[in-house]
Amino acid sequence: MRTRRMIQVLATATAAGSLLVACSGAGSSAGSGDGGKSINVLMVGNPQMEDIAKLTKSTFTKDTGIKVNFTILPENELRDKVTQDIATQAGQYDVATIGAYEVPIWTKNGWLHELGSYADKDASFDKSDLLKPMVTSLSGSDGKLYALPFYGESSFLMYNKDVMKAKGITVPEHPTWQQIADIAAKVDGAEPGMRGICLRGLAGWGELGASLTTVVNTFGGTWFTKDWKAEVNSPAFKKATNFYVDLVKKHGEAGAAQSGFTECLNAMSQKKVAMWYDATSAAGSLEDPSASKIAGHVGYAYAPTAETKSSGWLWSWAWAMPKTTKNADAAAKFMLWASSKKYEQLVGEKLGWARVPAGKRASTYEIPQYQKAAASFGDITLKSIESADPANPGVQPRPTVGVQYVAIPEFQDLGTKVTQEISAAIAGKTSVDQALNDGQKLAEDVAKNYQK
Amino acid sequence: MTTLTAAPKTASPPSRPRTSTGISRWKRRIPLLPALVFTIVVTQLPFVATLVISTFQWNILKPGDRHFVGLSNFRFVFTDDRLRTAVLNTMVLTASVVLISVVLGLGLAMLLDRRFLGRGLARTMLIAPFLVMPVAAALLWKHAIYNPDYGLLNGTLNAVYRLFGAANGPTIDWVSSYPMPAVVVSLVWQWTPFMMLILLAGLQAQPGDVLEAARMDGASALQTFRHITLPHLRQYIELGILLGTIYVVQTFDAVYTITQGGPGSQTTNLPYEIYLTMFRKYEYGQAAAAGVVVVLGSILIATFALRTIASLFREEVSR
Repeated sequence: MRTRRMIQVLATATAAGSLLVACSGAGSSAGSGDGGKSINVLMVGNPQMEDIAKLTKSTFTKDTGIKVNFTILPENELRDKVTQDIATQAGQYDVATIGAYEVPIWTKNGWLHELGSYADKDASFDKSDLLKPMVTSLSGSDGKLYALPFYGESSFLMYNKDVMKAKGITVPEHPTWQQIADIAAKVDGAEPGMRGICLRGLAGWGELGASLTTVVNTFGGTWFTKDWKAEVNSPAFKKATNFYVDLVKKHGEAGAAQSGFTECLNAMSQKKVAMWYDATSAAGSLEDPSASKIAGHVGYAYAPTAETKSSGWLWSWAWAMPKTTKNADAAAKFMLWASSKKYEQLVGEKLGWARVPAGKRASTYEIPQYQKAAASFGDITLKSIESADPANPGVQPRPTVGVQYVAIPEFQDLGTKVTQEISAAIAGKTSVDQALNDGQKLAEDVAKNYQK
Repeated sequence: MTTLTAAPKTASPPSRPRTSTGISRWKRRIPLLPALVFTIVVTQLPFVATLVISTFQWNILKPGDRHFVGLSNFRFVFTDDRLRTAVLNTMVLTASVVLISVVLGLGLAMLLDRRFLGRGLARTMLIAPFLVMPVAAALLWKHAIYNPDYGLLNGTLNAVYRLFGAANGPTIDWVSSYPMPAVVVSLVWQWTPFMMLILLAGLQAQPGDVLEAARMDGASALQTFRHITLPHLRQYIELGILLGTIYVVQTFDAVYTITQGGPGSQTTNLPYEIYLTMFRKYEYGQAAAAGVVVVLGSILIATFALRTIASLFREEVSR
């Protein structure tokens, strides 16, 4: 009886032992099977990312021997996937593109690798060339850099020059929102079926939420005060939202409540609207003659303002390294290359200068070929990015860093729900006051988590 | 459920040899055990995990703050305004889609039940919408049909107006002005073929001699339909309604693509609200609790569905 039990115990122990060995064997072979020369990159499916997926094999992999496996997803799915992967510490990816919104939150959770020291070690990377607002928005509260920008954008006003000329209107370089509303009224119907302006009306914190928040900022409103008091139904927030909703209802695009970036890009390039306020990165698509009917006929002005000096937003898609990675050095090499001057040069020469992932480096705007390709919008893009102040975008101090969002985990939910109500107001299904009073309740619930 | 288990008992032939020893019975079962274990692992464990998660306060964006909260997530599910709206929207959406597509499907099935030239072609084309992937169908409706600028509806309106000399027709923003009807219509388009198929099968199972007898007795077409065809079809209609309900309750693609649940939350149904809880709020506990409630609701509906199917089979056997 006793020997039998002994045998059992031994057998179990051996089995467990061999299992452990097998596990550790598998683990180590996955980590260093090919000498750490293979990395997994998850990125958003924007044109700039598709370009790098095409160029990597023939250049980066050839030079360094590091194989890069790309996974490309649309923005929403990317967020779902990357958040889950990093939050559950699954460690599937060595590099992921994330935005300025995620950096401070994820840094606080300790999910990201610090990258500043890698950048400092690489002299050719020239960290000081990165635009200051980019560095600010991609740094943690400890002041260290946690993501390397791939490209950056602000927001500005785009308009149809032909329509303005025909109506004898000059759009000021630094317009106020009131001026834009007046112009929208004048150019509404300038051509059959043409509306005055395209503004995002599609619910979502990154859609309507982004455009509207810049307007709220410049009208003197804010989502939260410095000491976390919810301000969603404050007079300034209400005034801004009423202005936005009125403008888009009276002179905005058809189907406004369902229009986001893509729909507005379409409306503008097909001459269905005379003006459009949106991301500076839209200019590249508007100036592409194969997709746009108004290529070469677009004028650009700074983001309209009311009480602040500038009101453009600030966004960047940036490379970040989850702490779970086992290939930190190879991943860092890839990120430094992807954000380098050398890579911009490569895109310019191989694919054309208008496709350079711009908006992150001062030196990009000194390249003669790029200056020529982006003559109509390059300068104003750079100045818009430089004048954006993510730490202080409105008239009062803020609790978090960021222009068109509040950098707290709850904002994705809060922003989505409040913009759903405002979108309903644009569709005429509810009033702005009702929408914002409901929003205030949600915001107060969120604020409770932060008040001391 | 009881009828379902009772039926085979009476049907089983008494001559079947029965092995009395437990050991030999188990020997026969052993090869099946892995399959049973596998089935339990893939179907039941995830649900148990969901049950466990539903009792936790768990937001993945706040690591280290996961703790047991008992039933408070369920309290949230039953008291949250948005979820209540979502339940109501789900009911409105499901009921209208299923009922309208049953009526339309019945009409189409009646037409297809007659012999005419090109019947096969007509049937294939009518089934087509059901074969289109839900996302593709939703995109088609959103862009090709509802779009106020280049959509088919406004295009047709404009053409009609121009026919009468006007420069331009009205620009109607279909999705924003009529959000729920917009979603319902696109789903009815998808589900009518399904109902049509079921009802067509029912119609073709109708005994010809009964119809002939009715005609001989001088019953009008309407009378035949009302007193013979409709009672015959009753169980097929019930089956269609119940299967349709189980599927339409889970509608996600159409809501996500066409309206994004909006404007406001006018078309937010339960699956979309759960999606928002999971992927915008990242509250796993709340999402799991809502999921559990939906599963229980679905089981309730499914039980009725199974009962109907069982009675259908019973009818077939007795015939």
